[in-house]
Amino acid sequence: MTAAPQTWRAWLLHPAPASRRQAQLGGWFRAWLAFRRNSLAMTGLVIVALLVLIAIFAPVLADRNLAVQQVLEDRLQAASALHWFGTDELGRDILTRMIFGARITLVIVFLVSAIVVPIGLAIGLPAGYFGGWVDAVLMRITDIFLAFPRLVLALAFAAALGPGIENAVIAIALTAWPPYARLARAETMTRRNAEFIQAAKLLGASEFRILATQILPLCLPSVIIRLTLDMAGIILTAAGLGFLGLGAQPPAAEWGAMVSSGRQVLLDQWWVATLPGLAIFVTSLGFNLLGDGLRDVSDSRS
Amino acid sequence: MTVARRIAAPLRKIGSLLVSVGLTFLGLTCVTFVIGRVIPIDPVLAIVGDKASNETYERVRLQLGLDQPLLEQYWHYLVKVVHGEFGTSVMTAHPVLDDLLSVFPATLELATLSLVIGVVGGIPLGVYAAVNRGRWQDQLIRFMSLLGYSMPVFWLGLIGLLLFYAKLGWVAGPGRVDVGFDDMVPAVTGLMTIDSLLAGEDEVFWNVLSHLVLPSSILGYLSLAYVARMTRSFMLSQLKQEYILATLAKGLSPFRVVWIHALGNVWVQLVTVIALTFGSLLEGAVLTETVFAWPGLGLYLKNSLFAADLNAVLGGTVLVGVVYIVLNMLSDVVYTLVDPRARGQGT
Amino acid sequence: MAKISRRQALAGAAAVPLALQGQAALAATPKDTLVVAKQIDDIITLDPAECYELSGIEVATNLYDRLLRYEAEDVTKMVGGVANMPSVSADGKVFTFKLKPNQKFHSGAPVTAEDCAFSLQRVVLLDKTPAFLVTQLGWTKANVKDLVKATAPDTLQFTITESYAPSMVMNLMTSIIASVVEKKIALANEKDGDLGNTWLKTNSAGSGAYKLISWKANESVSMEAYPGFRMGPANLKRVVIRHVAEPQTQRLMVEKGDVDVARDLSADQIKAVRGNKDLRIEDFAGANTWYLGLNMSDERLKNEKVRTAIKMLVDYDGMVNTFLKGQFFVQQSFLPVGFFSAMKYTPFKLDVAKAKALLAEAGYPNGFTIKLASNNSAPGPDIAQSIQQTMGQAGIKVEIVTSDRKTVLGDYRGRKTQMTLMSWGPDYFDPHTNADTFARNTDDSDGAATKPLAWRNHWSIPEISAQTALAAKELDAGKRKAMYEALQKKVTLEGPFVLMFQNVSEVTFRKNVSGFKLGITEDLNFYRTAKKA
Repeated sequence: MTAAPQTWRAWLLHPAPASRRQAQLGGWFRAWLAFRRNSLAMTGLVIVALLVLIAIFAPVLADRNLAVQQVLEDRLQAASALHWFGTDELGRDILTRMIFGARITLVIVFLVSAIVVPIGLAIGLPAGYFGGWVDAVLMRITDIFLAFPRLVLALAFAAALGPGIENAVIAIALTAWPPYARLARAETMTRRNAEFIQAAKLLGASEFRILATQILPLCLPSVIIRLTLDMAGIILTAAGLGFLGLGAQPPAAEWGAMVSSGRQVLLDQWWVATLPGLAIFVTSLGFNLLGDGLRDVSDSRS
Repeated sequence: MTVARRIAAPLRKIGSLLVSVGLTFLGLTCVTFVIGRVIPIDPVLAIVGDKASNETYERVRLQLGLDQPLLEQYWHYLVKVVHGEFGTSVMTAHPVLDDLLSVFPATLELATLSLVIGVVGGIPLGVYAAVNRGRWQDQLIRFMSLLGYSMPVFWLGLIGLLLFYAKLGWVAGPGRVDVGFDDMVPAVTGLMTIDSLLAGEDEVFWNVLSHLVLPSSILGYLSLAYVARMTRSFMLSQLKQEYILATLAKGLSPFRVVWIHALGNVWVQLVTVIALTFGSLLEGAVLTETVFAWPGLGLYLKNSLFAADLNAVLGGTVLVGVVYIVLNMLSDVVYTLVDPRARGQGT
Repeated sequence: MAKISRRQALAGAAAVPLALQGQAALAATPKDTLVVAKQIDDIITLDPAECYELSGIEVATNLYDRLLRYEAEDVTKMVGGVANMPSVSADGKVFTFKLKPNQKFHSGAPVTAEDCAFSLQRVVLLDKTPAFLVTQLGWTKANVKDLVKATAPDTLQFTITESYAPSMVMNLMTSIIASVVEKKIALANEKDGDLGNTWLKTNSAGSGAYKLISWKANESVSMEAYPGFRMGPANLKRVVIRHVAEPQTQRLMVEKGDVDVARDLSADQIKAVRGNKDLRIEDFAGANTWYLGLNMSDERLKNEKVRTAIKMLVDYDGMVNTFLKGQFFVQQSFLPVGFFSAMKYTPFKLDVAKAKALLAEAGYPNGFTIKLASNNSAPGPDIAQSIQQTMGQAGIKVEIVTSDRKTVLGDYRGRKTQMTLMSWGPDYFDPHTNADTFARNTDDSDGAATKPLAWRNHWSIPEISAQTALAAKELDAGKRKAMYEALQKKVTLEGPFVLMFQNVSEVTFRKNVSGFKLGITEDLNFYRTAKKA
């Protein structure tokens, strides 16, 4: 770092910020400093960043064709200079498939988040804000979904919808939203009587406007932290569905499905199932470490 | 607070709890039922197979009542379930209730042992981590439990089998007992460890245990991770309390303060956590039982789902759901009875 | 329990495994018991009037004796079973069976013609899946009691109202529907007029070489030898079929001696255990036909040139030489080798250039995109992916949809698929069983009374269907053979089927097991000849 950041640093960490913006940015910066001191969390960040980079640059890192191209004569080869992680039961390069598999995993995680957060907020915010019968009805629905064992429900949904990534995403999302609804409700309840909300009401803002512009932003940080912690769970559930044959369709290189097809040769060619499993494990560990670190930071701030 | 109020409050709470349990149960059966009916596998085909004639097919469809409106089918089903009748499984040709009674002990045995591992290991680790907050011991324990959180259980099971059964031969393979010991002990409780001891068959007992060790260690590790983390965070909030500082100031040994006083104050919360862990073990069983060919509830559910065995799917899900609801309810009740101030915010 | 387990769990990682190691090494199956690892989760009933799943038929083959049989000693020759070979009236409609003397059921009661008549009537009256086998003879719920009768305690006589070659009718009487069930026991366990169906799903009442001890769904089938069996008691006292879903696990179990026989090892696993000197691998030809159905409601697949091109875009040899090695061979006829009049026929080879030319001629020089439905258990997805790759070389972009076999079947029967990877197994040991499905479709409407494979792929073939019907009735063996040969060529070359493979069962035995016989269909899988040294 050069001299300039030093002054930035001083500005950000100024004990008596001159503006609201300075205070806010300073707050974020302190959080980042706290986060950076947490080596486990940093490890998580690095893993997740690497995963994202690998997914984005997959076509640069590897030849897309190799992920699906079968060379039947080269089946089940051990690691070699040509195939660093060996080949699978149809003679495809395992490393290449794992690299492209990162994309599928990220797409699943992203899509599930994109469904789960809005549903959770849409149910939790009104429940917490309005209370009364709105709360009772919405929370009863939430409880019903919470009463289900998640994996069993996801399995049932996936089986009912038929195999495929999109359906796996929907199945996971349908089972993952209730905690978000509860979280959003709790956050809203603690804030609905805050002065600035009352002020906004007096100024004649509509309920919807208050929910969307005042309360929603306040709920988001905790929702995002919860989401990061949940990502590992989403990845594991998706892999579990893939393992049971309900996720991505061949020849897509979904990690869970790769483990599943590799288990038939586990005894002699252990790498075929082991390496994709390791990828699932490391990725979900990365998300867990990251989410855990974020939560620590947010806990110490509040 | 008067005595009357002190009793009335929990009672009211329990009353509303029962109502909500009833509603939840209704929702549970409803969702499961709809899933069962929209599943893309044709349940008639699952029974008659590919080669039956059209007439046979039609007759079975009528027998299953699949020609009636969905709402009517649901009503009939609900009436039967309330009378404790779950119908007959296509897959096993037995009444679903009998099936559930025979597969549930297998899962119960696995989940209980796993829970024991999780609790016996997890609580001390959690307390230890809390006491050493921020130090390397804490970091290590945290990392270990995050590892547990991140493990794809089906994969860990496969690797475990490869290593400890296939390569090293330390434990027995998939299934609950070796083929040679099949049917050697009468099923009294359905828990084979107990049954074999009751029958005085030591050899069978050891065999059963060696089948049980690997899957329960794996599931046990996952629950250990959860229990340790929750214990740590409960303990942290206790250790901040003034009474701890006060007792310490009084000269009680720190060991006693931590393990007796602080831990004693979080046990109610821990009961909730343990109940939830037990519930998640039941569902974790789906993948573990698939990998270990464990003839329990998880495998039964998975198989019946893939076989479009509607009665079995419904019965199995309702059973897991009910266990879930009961566990939640119990922990709520314990919570309420011990701490009347507790409001519905419990986990 | 908790107390003990906890003690064990805490006894330390070292102590427990050591104690258990001894156990694992001890594992050997009892001397008089044959323990078989097999996927038997398809069994949903063992009632011979209802059972039509492959594993179920195999078990029933050993529990029940049948009117006629192919015996383990010579599986190519039809001989008498419970009855001697029948006499047939001149018009080929009336069949008279004389029962062999002194046969007894497992219960000790004598086997009578009344039991035989009851068993056949029962199939029609219950109207379960296998009923179609006998209703095609013209038997209905209304007339079967008149058409199938015991005319004397040891004489069974039945009349058919449709005309079929007598050899075909006799072949039907070697199949599962001719299993002889003890009438008294079936009726004693009757519930709501079900002729004992509910009870017989999980119990046996026959006179076969084994009697059922227990069937636990998705777990095991246990059988005990019947000392009074017609051909003398079986060699081994007990047979236990253990359901082991994972071929990988089956391999471990047979390697460790936990089981004597493993039935479902994949080609790779067979390769891996070949060097093991405790094990022996035996091949038994199967009769399953693996094919790709091409639904002709799709404009492109309706074009014969496109169909021919597709038939040239499958790497038949590549597959059977690699991941299908030893378990399948190329057979491009709808009749499995081993069946009467079956040809070893392989006119198609992978030929991308020729296929491309044909596609261009048909107006698809750049290919097209099409869906392929496949079941999700091995080797389905692997075959599908291989086809996807080779068809891609000619510009046909294949999208694979894998799902559970039952799901695929549902869509296939509803004619909702475009291309379908499927297998077909014959119902009885006569060419008509396959011809009747691959080469018959007289009513292509959605409401058709039956759904043969030709119908499922919208192949409307009135003339070919007429040929199929004639072949079934032809009495002269030489003429009949020629008719089936013509049909085979026609279906392979023109039909909406890419006929690919016939299966071979590769069975892995412990060295000390011998005499275990698997026939070309499950009706010929015998346990009674198995021996252990």
